[in-house]
Amino acid sequence: MPIVLYRVDDRLVHGQVVIGWGKPLNLGFIVLLDDTVYGSDWERDLYRMGTPPEIELRFSDLAEAARQHAAWRAEPANGLVLTADVATMAAFRQAAPPVERINLGGIHHKPGRTPRLPYVYLSEEEYRALDALQQAGTVVTAQDLPTTRPVALEALR
Amino acid sequence: MSDGLLGVVVAHGALALALVQEAERISGVPGVLRAVSNEGGGREEIERRIADAVAAEPSVVFVDMPCGSCFFAAMHIARQTAGMRVVTGVNLPMLLDFLNNRTLPPDEVAARAAVKGTDAIRKP
Repeated sequence: MPIVLYRVDDRLVHGQVVIGWGKPLNLGFIVLLDDTVYGSDWERDLYRMGTPPEIELRFSDLAEAARQHAAWRAEPANGLVLTADVATMAAFRQAAPPVERINLGGIHHKPGRTPRLPYVYLSEEEYRALDALQQAGTVVTAQDLPTTRPVALEALR
Repeated sequence: MSDGLLGVVVAHGALALALVQEAERISGVPGVLRAVSNEGGGREEIERRIADAVAAEPSVVFVDMPCGSCFFAAMHIARQTAGMRVVTGVNLPMLLDFLNNRTLPPDEVAARAAVKGTDAIRKP
């Protein structure tokens, strides 16, 4: 099976990911693609502690993710690639195509961002980066849970 | 706080406020518990809300789930805050025990609360 979801969510591993999406997608593993977490034993232990035992949590930085992406896609278990921000997902998409779809699941308020949905705030730079990904063939939608309607990137303009 | 530890409840949506209000109503002890919601917040924002609520005071932070945004944010703040302990799976019996024993040392209060909260889960 391929990676079944590529998600941007600044809360990283949390209920919507492991339960909301994890159950219906029958996730076998989550790749947490985050340089800070990858570089810290304490952070890794913390996120392992907060992940249900039935889901394997893997940690990666961008270089490792680019090397492993094809292998992850070839595994029998369903996988999810998770980043905290648009820039990391965009860099991953550029380093290790293909990424067919990107899910915006939770990008919250920060200075410079404006609200696009209750759970998606984007700066103009982030919007342009997502638009460039879409122009390159990756479909970008916002959807916090599988039971809600996906919102096309154009509607977030 | 001179008369004991501060309690901070961190939970999804309106849950924290409801737990704090009911714990105060049952115990008759106001002003010791503070509520923090994760509503609409990313990682940094939830951490800021917890840090503001704890205000560097000796405290026990009660989190609703042993995973997720509230838990991770609380653990990040606890790592930087001396005298702050984290207990997961918050429920009313846990909070009531805390309110009755908050003059004990933080480790002891947190351990007691975890036992009381677990003991309240039964199938009669």
